[in-house]
Amino acid sequence: MPQNDAMSLWESLSASAGHPGRGIWAPTSAVRLHDLLAGSTLEGRLEELRGRSALILARDQLAAALALTQIDGIARRLVLCPPDLDAQHIPYVMATAAVDAVVSDLEPADFAALGAERFIQCSSAVTPAAISRGKQRPTEWVLFTSGTSGTPKMVSHSLSSLAGAIEGGGSLGGAIVWSTFYDIRRYGGLQIFLRALLGGGSLVLSSTEEATADFLARAGSRAVTHMTGTPSHWRRALMSGAARRIAPHYVRLSGEIADQAILDNLRETYANARIAHAFASTEAGVGFEVEDGRAGIPANQFSHPLGGVELKIEDGSLRIRSARTAMCYIGNESTALVDADGYVDTGDILELKSGRYYFIGRRGGIINVGGLKVHPEEVEAVINRHPRVQMSLVKSRKNPVTGAVVVAEIVLKSAPAPGDPTVENAGVKSEILEDCQRALAAHKVPAAIRIVPYLDVTPSGKVARPNA
Amino acid sequence: MSDSVRSTIVSQFGQVAREQNRKLAPLSDDLVLMDSGLDSLCFAIVVARLEDALGFDPFGVTEDARFPVTLGDFIKFYEDAAK
Repeated sequence: MPQNDAMSLWESLSASAGHPGRGIWAPTSAVRLHDLLAGSTLEGRLEELRGRSALILARDQLAAALALTQIDGIARRLVLCPPDLDAQHIPYVMATAAVDAVVSDLEPADFAALGAERFIQCSSAVTPAAISRGKQRPTEWVLFTSGTSGTPKMVSHSLSSLAGAIEGGGSLGGAIVWSTFYDIRRYGGLQIFLRALLGGGSLVLSSTEEATADFLARAGSRAVTHMTGTPSHWRRALMSGAARRIAPHYVRLSGEIADQAILDNLRETYANARIAHAFASTEAGVGFEVEDGRAGIPANQFSHPLGGVELKIEDGSLRIRSARTAMCYIGNESTALVDADGYVDTGDILELKSGRYYFIGRRGGIINVGGLKVHPEEVEAVINRHPRVQMSLVKSRKNPVTGAVVVAEIVLKSAPAPGDPTVENAGVKSEILEDCQRALAAHKVPAAIRIVPYLDVTPSGKVARPNA
Repeated sequence: MSDSVRSTIVSQFGQVAREQNRKLAPLSDDLVLMDSGLDSLCFAIVVARLEDALGFDPFGVTEDARFPVTLGDFIKFYEDAAK
């Protein structure tokens, strides 16, 4: 896929940085974009990265954001490490992506043994510097796919494949302030970072060290207008009691299935916001965005693609072809990213019900109950409709009769009313069970339900699934 | 302990039969499980519920455990595991 001749991040910024109030705000530090145009966070050594394959490995999210802004258009390749990259994989990553320069806020000594030709210290503080950028080139962006354990999997993007926005975001007039529960070193967050920078906006960064309520208060104090996260992120926001600290015009969910319950909850909380749920993945790019407030995708979006994205379903799973898909995997020649027609198989299984397609699960996540298939997500969707349910996880339990049965772990919205909590919970459990019996085939109904205080959420903001 | 295992099992049989709209045969120790009115899915649910109720799963302990034939075998299987 040809790299297009879109402007680099820096060129776009210098063309539009006019508004001196634009900034990127982290919990304990902040940078005015205006200052970045006349300074450096790379010890003034940007030129040393020209034509190189640069590994961006920063503990600090803001430092990573600023490094990306400067290096795009100069380096041949950017390899953006996610915050939880296991240090033992760094040599593999460097070898596979032919890294010959490391940009990091860690100590140079940490990299001495890795044999990179150049080490450049990055930070989140801008030092005034005269920067001559010379000739720009299209930079290849290498990202890590989410949801993998073991050896990291990397895919190749261009700035244009990453930054291409589907409908949405839109122009509101006035200052756009983006924020996201995602980390910008992952695809979901990176998209928002790029849209903020390229679209003339500002950005409030989240942090795993910050309580959700504190983050929402901080985002609210910056008058955030556009906010994105996974359904699990949003459930956590609603649970934090601080959801109304922000009053966004635009609320976006992606990365997991947006069920009707979370859409309704957000609608109730943000009565005037546009609420969109979107499909996007590191490999397939942005697929679609749905704004009618209902779960699922209207079937006519398959025949009338938006923004040049073509969708189809083959063997039950969603396939996407667009200029926003990644170009290829890096260093894993055995796997083709796209099929012969240029479609990426997302592995997400869809089912058509009365004019809409609904996600019912992942191809690999199926539970086999005596030969009958169950997608955990379709059961979760029913459970999540109960008003007391905050979130749920449906999984397989080994069983001597049917091989496996479906079991559910459920987090309730608030502590039960005064009285005996076990009695209260028993009532909720039997209500949920009845809901499932009404809506689902018998083998899909959880054989056992456990009320748990919390469910683990992965670093990328999704409910942690066994074997995911 | 034995009494409580037995009564937990008997109450689960009744509970699952009600949930699954099954007519449960009168329970006695020589009742053949397959004649009890419950199907495989019902037994699967009973085993899963008993694991939560009793805190153990005798089938999980022995890989080659043969599924008990009568209700009496079934109860004994659980009672032995509880010892």
